[in-house]
Amino acid sequence: MSTTNAPKFDEMLNEDGTVRSAYADFRNWYDAQDKSWLKRQDGEAERFFRRIGITFNVYGESDAEERLIPFDMIPRIITAKEWRKLTKGIEQRVRAINAFLQDLYHRQEIIRSGRLPISALRNNEAFLSQMIGFTPPGGVYTHIVGIDLVRTGPDEFMVLEDNARTPSGVSYMLENRETMMAMFPDLFTQIPVRPVSDYPRRLARSLRACAPAAYNAAGGKRPVVAVLTPGIYNSAYFEHAFLADQMGAELVEGSDLRIMNGRVAMRTTTGYKAIDVIYRRVDDDYLDPLTFNADSVLGVAGIMDVYRSGGVTIANAPGTGIADDKAIYSYMPEIVEFYTGEKPILNNVPTWRCSEEDSLAYVLDNLKDLVVKEVHGSGGYGMLIGPTSSKKELAAFEQKLRAKPENYIAQPTLSLSTVPIFTREGLAPRHVDLRPFVLVSPDGIDITPGGLTRVALKKGSLVVNSSQGGGTKDSWVLED
Amino acid sequence: MLGRAANGVYWMARYLERAENTARLIDVGFHLALTGSSKDSQHDEWRSVLTTAGLIEDYEALYSDFSGPQVFNYILRDPENPGSVLKMLEYARTNARVVRTSITNAVWEATNEGWMTLKDMLARPVRETNLGEVLTAIRRTGTLVRGALEGTMLRNEVYNFARIGTFIERADNTARILDVKYYVLLPSNAWVGSNLDNQQWDTLLRSVAGNRAFSWLNAGSMDPREIARFLILDGQFPRSLVFCAEKIRSNLAGLAKEYGGETSAHELLRDKLSRLHQIDVEEIFDQGLHEFLQDFITRTNEVGAVIAADYRFTE
Repeated sequence: MSTTNAPKFDEMLNEDGTVRSAYADFRNWYDAQDKSWLKRQDGEAERFFRRIGITFNVYGESDAEERLIPFDMIPRIITAKEWRKLTKGIEQRVRAINAFLQDLYHRQEIIRSGRLPISALRNNEAFLSQMIGFTPPGGVYTHIVGIDLVRTGPDEFMVLEDNARTPSGVSYMLENRETMMAMFPDLFTQIPVRPVSDYPRRLARSLRACAPAAYNAAGGKRPVVAVLTPGIYNSAYFEHAFLADQMGAELVEGSDLRIMNGRVAMRTTTGYKAIDVIYRRVDDDYLDPLTFNADSVLGVAGIMDVYRSGGVTIANAPGTGIADDKAIYSYMPEIVEFYTGEKPILNNVPTWRCSEEDSLAYVLDNLKDLVVKEVHGSGGYGMLIGPTSSKKELAAFEQKLRAKPENYIAQPTLSLSTVPIFTREGLAPRHVDLRPFVLVSPDGIDITPGGLTRVALKKGSLVVNSSQGGGTKDSWVLED
Repeated sequence: MLGRAANGVYWMARYLERAENTARLIDVGFHLALTGSSKDSQHDEWRSVLTTAGLIEDYEALYSDFSGPQVFNYILRDPENPGSVLKMLEYARTNARVVRTSITNAVWEATNEGWMTLKDMLARPVRETNLGEVLTAIRRTGTLVRGALEGTMLRNEVYNFARIGTFIERADNTARILDVKYYVLLPSNAWVGSNLDNQQWDTLLRSVAGNRAFSWLNAGSMDPREIARFLILDGQFPRSLVFCAEKIRSNLAGLAKEYGGETSAHELLRDKLSRLHQIDVEEIFDQGLHEFLQDFITRTNEVGAVIAADYRFTE
């Protein structure tokens, strides 16, 4: 098990300072460039992003300022061989997640078999009773999945988190590549990088393959797809508009929609028109004020009834959050094995469930070296990062932990890999993670070669979140 | 196309047109102030600019000083002014963001860049020395967005709604500008050849960017009836009332073709605006220029409201 003291793995440089094969061609190119020109290009990138309007809104900021996620222009490079292994592991995991959801909302064999305790479901808000006994169109629960990976060694990628609700960030994967191609076209003529630009087309195809029964009965020319957004003030609005645009789908808000004749219909200039597939970027809670949060104005009253009677497809299906819940995460190795009959190709980060007595004892003894997370929380609230916490903070957290151990899991602080970023002083190593995007349809699982690399721009920092000063990079998968 | 998106492109176009016309009003006010004789007459001009922009009451509630910089800063960027040019550009840009999937990247980028540029320029008070630069940037934004629409958009419903927005706003603006100054064209005041009137007429033409075109068509001579005819009935001049009405008609016809049928908006337009084609300038003066313009403004707004209702802009 790696800790902060373990040797760091740098993706570009060997320990002796020589360049690894993944970066060899890039490094040759880089060394030949005029550094003052690169600095100017670095400044250009920000202007480029502002002009095309890739910004995100930060919640809770009074002036609703639109911010840019910092972009670093040194690509993160993955070899064809590394990618092959990754895709096998991701595909296995995503297959297992869908089988798991199907089982949880039907016979619950995994609980009957004793591999998953019923307590993992009980009182878990991510488990939606409205989905029990219902199979979504095409049998697909998670049409879009983002698997967050971290790397700790030459041959070791681990899954940090599965995003099975409404993973975001894919527009950055696409725009980062566009930006790189606009700034450094010669790089792409010299180095064979696998393209990512057809993601929206693949997404549209994947969504259309899951049309509901009502569409099939009516026999239209092609299923009508719409992206449901909370609106322009949502932090990911740019991405919603971007994807709708690239897919040729309508971008709708709750106020555009109503239920008519057992279908979800949108208000067009010539009247209401039925939608077959809704790619919703609205959380479960806000989807249907009749079923869930009654105060929601972001969703459509009655959509769940239409859904259950085959009038519309909702992607991702409601209730998929149970599969990426932190309490479930620790069981993922068992889940993968249970549904695929295979050993997991990608490892989990080792996780202690504090609900178990032995684990709790270990966690309490080693609190200062561990990261402790709340199981039903998301986004870093109620989280403890042992190595950077004061004695007082540790003591306060210990109290919480002892009071409700079942609310927490703990993980070692990993030695995340580093990749180079561009600084005024030259290349400098920073910690990264990787989120590849996975599409699921009845036709199979489709993984776009690349993903979103988030990078901690501060020296030594392990926090890659954009809300806390993290940036993004173009992520390359090399051709064979 | 979503009704909400039609609403978005329509208002994006209206706000951009309004910003551009407002910039032109300020330009004319400034030009007059430079050539004006007394301080009082300068202040009168700025007051008249505020009246034309429909801001005089709000302004008087806050300020009593009618000096140039005070007035043009109010119109351009005063946070107390909810209808400032900066706000118009912000609304235009917000609407463009709402309809990003309906417009091309070129249209979005022109709108977004215009807003970013003006936001920077208007972050500090504008001085007389950089007013020209600011006004040029506002006009340029309008020009670039129109050019992007023209050069990159499919000629479909989205384009039609944007154009209808542009011409409803322009018709309204031209009529208002004319109405504020209509008295300078009346026979009782028309002392043909006097310097004062020549200047007033020139100002009026400048306010709608028509001074050059008018001189060209009339070999340099000024005549109030001819000016009125030009601004109201000249089918060649792109800011005349009849030109705007014709564009609204042709874009509504585009919608009817695309949707396979007319709505009540088409009928109303024929009913309300077609008389522009039958009337001549003598009849307008007989009816009363002011009354004619007031009636035109009301009818244009009615047409706008019916279009919004027929095409389900809002629920």
